[in-house]
Parts: sequence; C-alpha cells; structure tokens
Amino acid sequence: MTSTDQTLPEGIQAQNRTIVVDELARVEGEGALDVKVEDGVITNIKFRIVEPPRFFEALLRGRMYSDAPDVTARICGICPIAYMLGAINAMEDAFDIVPPAQIKRLRRLIYCGEWIESHVLHSAMLHAPDFLGLADAFLIAKVNPDLVKTALRLKKLGNTILEVVGGRAVHPVNLKVGGFYRTPRKADVKALEGELEWAIGASVELLEAFAGFDYPDFEQDYLCVSMRHPDEYAIQEGNLVSSRGLDIRVADFPKHFYEEHVEHSNALHGRTREGEPYLVGPIARYNNNYEQLSPYAKEMAEKVGLPRVVRNPYQSILVRMVETLYVCEEALAIVREYEEPAAPSVPVDIHAGAGAGAGVTEAPRGICWHHYSLNDAGRILNATIVPPTAQNQPQIEDDLRGVVQGNLDLDDEALKWRCEQTIRNYDPCISCATHFLKLRIDRG
Amino acid sequence: MADKPRLAVWKFSSCDGCQLSLLDCEDELLAVAGAVEIAYFLEATRTPPEGPYDISLVEGSITTPADSVRIAEIRRQSKTVISIGACATSGGFQALRNIGDYDEIVRNVYAHPEYIDALKTSTPISSRIHVDFELRGCPVNKHQLLEVVAASLAGRRPNVPNYSQCVECKRSGIVCVMVAHGTPCLGPVTQAGCGSLCTSCDRGCYGCFGPKEEANTRSLGKRISEDFGVGHRATADMFRTFNAGAEPFRREALRHDEH
Repeated sequence: MTSTDQTLPEGIQAQNRTIVVDELARVEGEGALDVKVEDGVITNIKFRIVEPPRFFEALLRGRMYSDAPDVTARICGICPIAYMLGAINAMEDAFDIVPPAQIKRLRRLIYCGEWIESHVLHSAMLHAPDFLGLADAFLIAKVNPDLVKTALRLKKLGNTILEVVGGRAVHPVNLKVGGFYRTPRKADVKALEGELEWAIGASVELLEAFAGFDYPDFEQDYLCVSMRHPDEYAIQEGNLVSSRGLDIRVADFPKHFYEEHVEHSNALHGRTREGEPYLVGPIARYNNNYEQLSPYAKEMAEKVGLPRVVRNPYQSILVRMVETLYVCEEALAIVREYEEPAAPSVPVDIHAGAGAGAGVTEAPRGICWHHYSLNDAGRILNATIVPPTAQNQPQIEDDLRGVVQGNLDLDDEALKWRCEQTIRNYDPCISCATHFLKLRIDRG
Repeated sequence: MADKPRLAVWKFSSCDGCQLSLLDCEDELLAVAGAVEIAYFLEATRTPPEGPYDISLVEGSITTPADSVRIAEIRRQSKTVISIGACATSGGFQALRNIGDYDEIVRNVYAHPEYIDALKTSTPISSRIHVDFELRGCPVNKHQLLEVVAASLAGRRPNVPNYSQCVECKRSGIVCVMVAHGTPCLGPVTQAGCGSLCTSCDRGCYGCFGPKEEANTRSLGKRISEDFGVGHRATADMFRTFNAGAEPFRREALRHDEH
C-alpha cells in the first residue's frame, strides 16, 4: 500500500541517516526499530519483535481441550482474559455449546476488568509520559501526584474485578470451557458497586487530563477491523467486521486475512488477503462500533474533541479512556443486575460436534483469534492463535514510515522519541506477538 | 538520593506477568519507587541500563544464545539476584520443548524456521548463574514479591513458606477437594503461596507454584492416575504445565509416559 520510495517534501534537505532503537521501553515484551534514510528517502523501516519465540501453538498439540484456557493465559500476563476467552469461545464453537446469558454477562464483567486494568496501565503509566517528555510514570507522580493516584486506584479496580470473578488478576483460575468453576458470590460482586460509581468520574478525569496533551499532526486512512455484536459494543462475542463493509463469521477469518513470517521479526505479520496492512484495537473498535457506546461515553468523546472517525493514531490514548469510561458503566450495570446463576457452568460433551472450532475476542489492543482442531477424545490436533500485535505490526511500520518521512527535520533524539511514541500508540503486547524497541536511524 | 539501593527488573522469555505483578502493587508502588532507585525497568521506564545494581529481579527463562550471555553480565553487575516466577525458576511452559522434537516444534509455528535463532531448551536462570533467591509462582504472588524485595533491602532471609499447598488450605479452612469431592489436585506436592486460589474456586490445584521441598510426587501420581481413574496420560499432563521443567514434576510426568 505504501511505496518505499516516497520523496521528501520541498524545503527539507535530503539527508542520510540511520535510526536504531535497540530496546523499546514501556511496552509489554522486547522490540526494536531500524530506520534507514538515504538521500532523504526512507529505504528501510523494520519494527522488529525480538522477544524469543515460545512455541505455544506447537506445545498445545496433544493436550486436552480443557487445558487450552489455562495454558494460553500464559501467552500474556497483561491480557490473559483475551486468551482464555478466545480459547473458550473456540472450544465452545467446536462442541456447539451456547452458555446461558448469566454466564455471558459474567464473562463480559471480567473482560471489563481486564480492559480497565490494561487501558489504565498503558494510558496513564506507559504512554502518558511520551506526551509529557518524561521517562516514566514515577516522574509524573512527582509533577502530578493526584493524577497518578487516581490512575493507580482505577487500575486496582480492574484487578479487583478480575480477582472477584476470576480468582486472580494475572492468570485467573476460575474460567473454563462451559463457564466458571465456581459462581462468584453475590455479596462479593455487589461490593464492587461503590468503587465502580467512583470510577466513572475518575475515567472522565483522566480523559480530560489527557485531552490537554499536545497531539502530533498525523493522519492515516486506516482499514479498521474489529468485532461487532448486534446488541452491544463488542468485547467477548460477535462477528468480524471492517470499516470497508466486510462482515464475516469468526471461522472465516483465514479466508480474508493471513500471517506471513518475515526475517526481521519473531512475530508473524498480519495482512489482508489483498496484502494490505490493517488496524485492530481501540481506534478500530471506536470507528466501527461508535454508535453502540453509551450516550455518556459519546458525549465525553465529543467534549474532548474526538471526531466521529478517528484517524490520528496518537489519539488512541483518548479512545482508550473513552472505552475505559464505557466499560466502567457496563461493569456497574452488570454488577447491579447480578444474580448468582443456578449453575456455574454448562456441561461439555466431548463427543458432540468435536472437530474444530474458532473463537475471537477483543483484547484491549485488538482482536485475538483462535482456531483449534480436536480429535474424538477432545485432544488438540492443531492450534492457531493470531494475537493483536502481530496483526498490527505492518500497520505500525506503515505509521512509522509516514511519521519519519514527515519529521526528517527533527534531530536523531527527537525523531527516536517520536518513533517510540508512535509504536506505543498501539500498546504493543510483544510477548503476545511472540517485547520493546531498539531504534537505529541510519542517515548514511 | 544517591544512597538509595538500586533495583533493576530484567525480562527473559516470559509473558511479563511477574513484572506486571510489581506494577499491580498499586497501594505500595509509589512507596517502593520512593524507597529504591529504579535503575532499570523496561516495562515501566525509558531509563537506559547502567550498573551496578543492588537487587536484580529476573523474570523469564533462558531460551536464546544471546540471553545466555546477557544473564551472565547481569550477575556480574548485581549484588543480589532474585529469579521471579515459574519461567525463571523452572523454565516455564516453554520448557516443554525440552522433551519434544525441537525442529518439528519450530516448523509447526514458523514458515521459515531458518529465521529463528533460539536454543533447543528453555532453562531456569539458576541453570546459568548463581541465584540468591528463587520466588515461585505463575505468576508470583505480589505480597510475596514485596516481602522478598523488603527482605533483600533489610539483608534478611525472605519469609516465604516452602510447605505444601495442603497446609495453606487447612489454615484457610478450605475443605479438601480431593477428599470431599474426589477432584484430582496437585496441592500435596505444590509449594504454598498463591492463597489457595484454585481450591477456593472448587477446582484442584494445578501446581503453578511448582514442587514443594521433598515432594512425594510418586505417591500422588499413583493416586491420581489409578485410584481416581484419571489415567497415566492425563496425569502426565497435570505435571507438564508451567513448572514442567522442575525436576520432581519432570520426573513424575516421565514415569506416567512409561505406562
């Protein structure tokens, strides 16, 4: 989609330079960036994921279907629910299980917890320092202690939801194919109500604080891919849709998208079958499913100046806070209506419909797609997991190309900072995709 | 300021969950950040590494030639090295490659195996360097993590139990899921520390804190596979999760393979 031999705008002197970032900070996992500019033309941009491969898909083979949620949780400590529910949805697809509404609502509640925890960690602690020119959130704590304290309290609420429903914040233990091991007690769930009421105001407070940041001027016409559900802002169930009208069943994902293995990265690169990069994550969800946000979330989005369709990737931090506001409202509604289900799970008959199943959910950083084929005993024959950061990787490189091209007048240190910020727009989860950034700017 | 102990957090092959546990200490995080100089913590800060360090927390297992060199340098620069989590203390789930056909495993996941530069094994940090303390868990328990950091700062031994999960269940008043419900459980051979999470959720312990000292895995393996009718293959699978590389669990799984 993007040509490698773009020419420089007039007025900017042709230059030769190499930018190398060897260790990308404030992201999950190990990544690096190489940029080479010759005669003012970008000849090479590589966002490299150098996280060592862990081969989860191969190591799942031969194991029981029921092991998949606990094992795939270990792909990522920041978004374990994305993996657990992705695997669970796929297995339930294989076994033709449709859990009752109460179980689905509890799954949505725990996912709201993961979104709050992940979005607030990323936005306030990992990404906000970029806009303030600070190395880390501990320094923000010196400048604006109230903001960091509010963020930590909000993040803690996300973790508390994970603990109440899932037993543990990192790698919860209470989820399984068919539902939960144990029904969360009504009193424990209801106890979340007061803090969730506080959290709605706190989300708005953070959103308004972040809206005061200086946003770099850069826009892309993204191909946005997300889930969509007829009745709700899609998180844990729905079809797959794109901003260009694609609307497909979850199982048909490989007909329209594929992953390629490139030499410079231990993460596979997701592209459309036509070879185009595409965007998954908060901006994709917001652009595709805006109408399904709550009236208050839409009102606050408009108040801070977010357009109906977001094209500036740096505004992802604002979209994340709009989503945080939304899921605080959602979680509060679920908590208020919660009654303990008659049974924590529905039974699984491993012979019924065993074969293959596909599942997808909206991880905080984008869709996480799973497919498993099973034998008659319910053992996994083959596993395919497509994490969000692998899908975003070509789009990250595309953004970097535009950002570097438009900012060649910056000195190396400033350009490096801008590149890192651009990558962090994606909240890349590099352990998922196989961790942070090494930037090498080669100006020849 | 210059007198504060210098803390570094390092990552090897892992999911980041254990270092995230440090960021999950929301109530204590700013106090920790005030008590130590965070000299290196890639997940949280942009500060470049510059030794020496008083305490190095190491997450993840050794899986690449470059990492086997990097860990030696961290040891040289650090007064105290603490490995945190199942990957760092036993090799992690990825240690299952150690018993499989490595080349076949790589081919299963990557179209171009020739691009992959990894070791055929995933091994704990202690396999390469001397480690001063190993904190178990997948993930580690954040309260234990704070205790280990506090103990290291005070120069005392961390107060972390090495008894079995069963002791923790008894103390918490949790009815034994094996005795009462016949649910297979690794509690008798697993080190306590998680807070009885699985048994509180009416499921058997899946061993994420790894083997306790002197674990009688043979007796438990027999009971689960034969008396509970779980069978040998499923019993081997129970021992082959996040601490599959820990010797007692590795050996017990092999015993069931032989059937």
